[in-house]
Amino acid sequence: MKQPKITAASYLGKKRLVQSGVLALVAVIYAIGCFILQFDTIQGALSIPKAFSWLAVNFMPTQNSMTYLPQIMAKLLDTVLMSIASVVVAAVIAIFFAILGSKVTGINKFMQILVRGIASFFRNIPLVAWAMILLFSFKQSNFTGFLALLLMTIGFLIRAFMEIIEDEAGEAMMALKATGASYFQVIFQAVIPQIIPSLISWILYMIENNVRDATLVGILTGTGIGFIFDIYYKSFRFDAAGMTVLAIIIVVIALETLSNQIRKVIL
Amino acid sequence: MISNESTSPIASKPSLQRDPKEKIKLHKTTASTWMINAVAISLILITLYTLTHLNTENVKMTEAFHGLMMTFDQMFLHPNTGADGFMVLLESLGISVLLGILTTIIGAVFGFFFAVIASRNLTNAYWGAGIRALMAIIRAIPTILWALIFSIAVGLGPTAAILGLSFHSVAYLTKAYSESIEEIDPAIIDALKVTGCKFWTIVFQAVWPTIIPSLVSWTFIRLEINFANAVAVGAAAGAGGIGYQLFVTSGLSFDFHEVGYIVYMVIVVTMILEFIAVKLRQHYLGK
Repeated sequence: MKQPKITAASYLGKKRLVQSGVLALVAVIYAIGCFILQFDTIQGALSIPKAFSWLAVNFMPTQNSMTYLPQIMAKLLDTVLMSIASVVVAAVIAIFFAILGSKVTGINKFMQILVRGIASFFRNIPLVAWAMILLFSFKQSNFTGFLALLLMTIGFLIRAFMEIIEDEAGEAMMALKATGASYFQVIFQAVIPQIIPSLISWILYMIENNVRDATLVGILTGTGIGFIFDIYYKSFRFDAAGMTVLAIIIVVIALETLSNQIRKVIL
Repeated sequence: MISNESTSPIASKPSLQRDPKEKIKLHKTTASTWMINAVAISLILITLYTLTHLNTENVKMTEAFHGLMMTFDQMFLHPNTGADGFMVLLESLGISVLLGILTTIIGAVFGFFFAVIASRNLTNAYWGAGIRALMAIIRAIPTILWALIFSIAVGLGPTAAILGLSFHSVAYLTKAYSESIEEIDPAIIDALKVTGCKFWTIVFQAVWPTIIPSLVSWTFIRLEINFANAVAVGAAAGAGGIGYQLFVTSGLSFDFHEVGYIVYMVIVVTMILEFIAVKLRQHYLGK
């Protein structure tokens, strides 16, 4: 023990001790959490198969639920369009702020800190809060859902775009600056063309994400696919609710596949 | 805003004598630029269509924005604990944080095992493809729907919330972890394979130590997401926690002073989580 020399065995032993300690700590946190939340792990695990067999019986779309399909598809299309619109508008606003606030293109230190602060603030306000506040002023309309998604997305995209600019645009910018190009020439001829593939990749990711989040916003604000699921769910028309879930799965996976294909081409 | 210029300005092949009439080609049209233009144009067209056809239910915009500003003023400039009091809110916040932590632990444990099975460089292709397809389906269903589905199947309460949140976590972390596992240098795995190590020995002696940094950083990203989801599930599925308080105060009692207070509390927690995540990433990258 008192040997100053570190042998492989003692090094690995210490490492193992640290790892075991961390795992034990995690286990303790888990146990305390279970106790406080009154969650019985075994009971919970056992209820999963029960839940799925219940789902298989009640949520299975029947012949009858086909009649809901046009309504579901219309709302789902609404939701997808709203997600796309919110991301595109957010992207336009976010790129402006990201250029002002990033370390390489930013105007000054104060602006950088300000933009970072604004982005973090917008990002961290829970989506629930946005949805409920906007619902109070803008009532139950698609515009409310659009605004809630927009405000949340702006926060995310400012951060993502700033990181992209800092990672990718530095060299091209420097090259153009060396030729004596003005600030706006540098932005439009070097920075934006350089980052546009990553930009589009992020936009596609946020669209997918917003389709999922739109469900939550929809349940709270009474719009889009979330609203229609909530109606079916609360009126015990579970087969129609199951149909809605199935439609969401198909659309999300289709969007994911499409954006992966686009990414393969542009990146 | 989005310019349509090429990303890779490639000049035409240099020849010693150039025809003076021929212009230098600054932008070469490649499949990539073509695709970027197509995607950008279609997204903008869809947006324009959507915004012009957006249903606003005839809400008067100036009045609505004025109202919104008043709400913001109440929320952010005059927050108070309202009727519930600080301790009740703190307790609910604690429940949401615990929900986030528990579901992240469940997600990490199951996610790791599924990721090992799903990784192309460790197991056979059929298992991997099966798990990946299943996880893609689970991920496609929004967390809130999982929570709602479980709340009718097992009854409203913490169990439904935990199971609902865990499902999405497991699927998300499986994908993240297995991507990290697939990036491992194949030489490390081969080195252990030639010594005749068993499968789980390889996993715990080669795979696990190699991916700990990305494991930790993905898990903490998920913790942030899970906390946000715990708030959302509390609000929309009535599963308790700070989200439920948020829903009640903003949707039923309209006490926006208290909403502001709750929002500030949530922001503090997310900032702490973000801070921990950044520090951990620095710690592992610095090694």
